[in-house]
Amino acid sequence: MLELILFYIFGAITIVSAILVITQKNVVHSAVFLASTLLSVAGLFLTLHAEFLAGVQVIVYVGGILVLFVFVIMLISLERSVTERQFNRQWLIALIAAAALITEFGYGIYRGRDSFLIPPADAQATADTLTGNTQIVGTALFTNFLLPFEIASILLLVAIVGAVVLSKRKTQVD
Amino acid sequence: MVSTYHYLFLGAALFTIGIIGVLTRRNILVILMSIELMMNAVNINLIAFSDHFHHATGQIFAIFVITVAAAEAAVGLGIVIAMFKNKETMNINEIDIMKW
Repeated sequence: MLELILFYIFGAITIVSAILVITQKNVVHSAVFLASTLLSVAGLFLTLHAEFLAGVQVIVYVGGILVLFVFVIMLISLERSVTERQFNRQWLIALIAAAALITEFGYGIYRGRDSFLIPPADAQATADTLTGNTQIVGTALFTNFLLPFEIASILLLVAIVGAVVLSKRKTQVD
Repeated sequence: MVSTYHYLFLGAALFTIGIIGVLTRRNILVILMSIELMMNAVNINLIAFSDHFHHATGQIFAIFVITVAAAEAAVGLGIVIAMFKNKETMNINEIDIMKW
């Protein structure tokens, strides 16, 4: 019961602030509502027994990516963009396409709902293996998923170099 | 009783909100934020299935999605700054050099 209440609270905060992210005129307000969305998604991770991921979500998303967004907003002047029209001319077509997409998603999930209500057969056998969440994730990350882990580190290195090259001041070529 | 089903609906709704943001907004920073929303929707799905099957693989993939999101935000915001230096705008309708 508590799980249900928490799910609805965090889910409502997530959806409402996500809608506010895409409808606010001022980009700073969008960033604030994005923070609220990300934090409530972290809360949803907690209700799903993924404590480590909840911590990573708060540290990396709210503490890293969002601060990056706010820095860029600070660097770029806002005065002109607030007074401009905020939405595309094709917004009606976009809304129809999105409505078609959510109908498809909803129908697909609704059709398969019976398989989600009962846990899989071997679930009880491994039910207690997810208790030490951080330990489980760490062990899996450094044994079975070592190669993807290293590739992810190379990806981050490339992203660091790319971001520096893209945003540095252009040097004069004589 | 809350089940994986509920989380999948939430993920679908969040993903659709992100799609609407990408398709309708003209401010490039809001478009990047909408992409972050969509990645969060994917993460909710992955972790819901991780909880459903009592298996850690979904959480590992969510970590990789967060890594890709961080890299994408860094490079994307670098591109935004470089573009702002050249064209003094954040409106994607004015950034149409490669439009045929």
